[in-house]
Amino acid sequence: MQRLTFTAWLGLIIIAIAAFVFLFAPWIAPHGLEETVGVPFATGSSEFPLGLDQNGRDMLSRLLYGAQMSIGVSLVAVLLSFSIGIPLGFFAAIRGGWTDVILSRGVDTLMSVPVLISALVVLQALGSSIPVLIVTIAVLDSTRVFRLSRVLAQGINVMEFAEVARLRGEGLFWMIRREILPNARAPLMAEFGMRFCFSFLFVAGLSYLGLGIQPPFADWGGMVRDNQQGILYGLYAPLYPAGAIAVLTIGVNLVVDWLLAGRPNLQANR
Amino acid sequence: MSRLILGRLAQGLVTLWLVSVLVFTGTQLLPGDVAASILGQNATPGALEAIRRELGLNEPAVWRYLHWLAGFVQGDLGMSLANRQPVADLLWPRFWNTMALATYAAVVGIPLATALGVLTAMLRGTVFDRVTNILALALVSLPEYFLGLILILFLSVKTNLLPSLANVYPGMGFFPWVQATTLPMLVLLLVTTAQIMRMTRTAVLSVMDQPYVETAWLKGMRTKRVVLRHAAPNAAAPVINVVAFNVAYLITGVVLVEAVFNYNGLGRFMVDAVSKRDLPMVQAAAMVFGAVYVLLNMIADIGAIASNPRLRQPRETGA
Repeated sequence: MQRLTFTAWLGLIIIAIAAFVFLFAPWIAPHGLEETVGVPFATGSSEFPLGLDQNGRDMLSRLLYGAQMSIGVSLVAVLLSFSIGIPLGFFAAIRGGWTDVILSRGVDTLMSVPVLISALVVLQALGSSIPVLIVTIAVLDSTRVFRLSRVLAQGINVMEFAEVARLRGEGLFWMIRREILPNARAPLMAEFGMRFCFSFLFVAGLSYLGLGIQPPFADWGGMVRDNQQGILYGLYAPLYPAGAIAVLTIGVNLVVDWLLAGRPNLQANR
Repeated sequence: MSRLILGRLAQGLVTLWLVSVLVFTGTQLLPGDVAASILGQNATPGALEAIRRELGLNEPAVWRYLHWLAGFVQGDLGMSLANRQPVADLLWPRFWNTMALATYAAVVGIPLATALGVLTAMLRGTVFDRVTNILALALVSLPEYFLGLILILFLSVKTNLLPSLANVYPGMGFFPWVQATTLPMLVLLLVTTAQIMRMTRTAVLSVMDQPYVETAWLKGMRTKRVVLRHAAPNAAAPVINVVAFNVAYLITGVVLVEAVFNYNGLGRFMVDAVSKRDLPMVQAAAMVFGAVYVLLNMIADIGAIASNPRLRQPRETGA
């Protein structure tokens, strides 16, 4: 690991704050999620530092609660996409031959349609709910994870120590767990950050379009949509959730950049 | 070379066919009964049966697919479920709106972005290079609606320079059109320019580190000539790829931008269709988006082949 740079520190601090809010939102939020405390679009005051939203609810509290939804859904989606993509990618690389061809072509086909369009098609068929959202994003995203882990595993699989393990008679499971995974950890971690950014923006984008997380749950993308009218009156209301999305994305990107610095760029295919 | 290009064209057609299979299976075979979702609360067994018959849902899936594909190839995109009009009549005007917006952004953005990329590569390590890079990194991470809202706030609400809603209608003049679409264009421009610029810079720099460029330096050439005559042509292939990739992004990224500015394009058309769960409209929009995407990727491949002599004679490689 290299020394932490200033930008990496900045990114880590942003991530730490986000993680704190994600875990403790209900305890630090001053007001309830659905609690109407004043007139719509009231501007900031000492009691409501960020003002009120389009229904007269406290913006700060909703932002804090929204963090749980926005971050939670994308985190689960990325975890799921890694647990689909990595095993399949490693499996394809170690087996090779027809297994590899079939899996890779399948992934290529999925990737030949823009992700947003595929997601919209699935949401049309199944309707939007949180499980559908998570599984859709995870499956679509796992194609990228598959590609990266396949390339990584192919590289590691021809190393001497992997050869030795194979000659020793180790099975598929051992190869994946003990030989390939430890050596692929660093690039996969960077990819995790990147994929998190992607699905975080994706969930927020879908919610912004009104097709993601549905009320009564608060999430940042949906909050931008709900408060958007305010901008026409020169109010900052929709900029708070939009800014929160932007800041967290930049934070994660800064850390990913630091993780990737000085490494061959395998992640170019984003 | 022409054989190679023909090969790519065939590959593109196969991909397009796969896209149609994917869209069809995605909309038809997933759990969830289309007839029930159309009727919603009013579903009686008789009405369900009538709708199923009308949509041909009782036929086998393969037969329905072939029927759908045959209609599609002939330009018959089906009938909208929500308002009983042919999808084609509703879709194409919206498609051309989206294409117009994307073209506007591409015409302004691509020259600007590649020029900035080459310039930052020439001035590597200077303050200009650093500042541009940090700005680009930030812009890549910003969601479209955040940029859009900020532009609306400053350029339209506070200063009243441009309209906040991109209202276009048939038969409007060129100048009003430009005025209405400049704000959404700017958002697309900011997002894609940052990407293209960063990749162009990387591509030019990786060429700059090669021995033949060093030779050019040692001959005593000036920076400008080394970069423009020696480095840039060899960086063209990756840059063409990036540009095509970003134009493909323009086509789908417009979905969010259109929502911000209430622009009457294909993206909003598709989002509306999804929220109404209007199956034929979603299928048609997805096919059009998919086709444009495949087409642009194909153009990128062909462009890369044309600009890189080494790719014209494909060597047999395992990959």
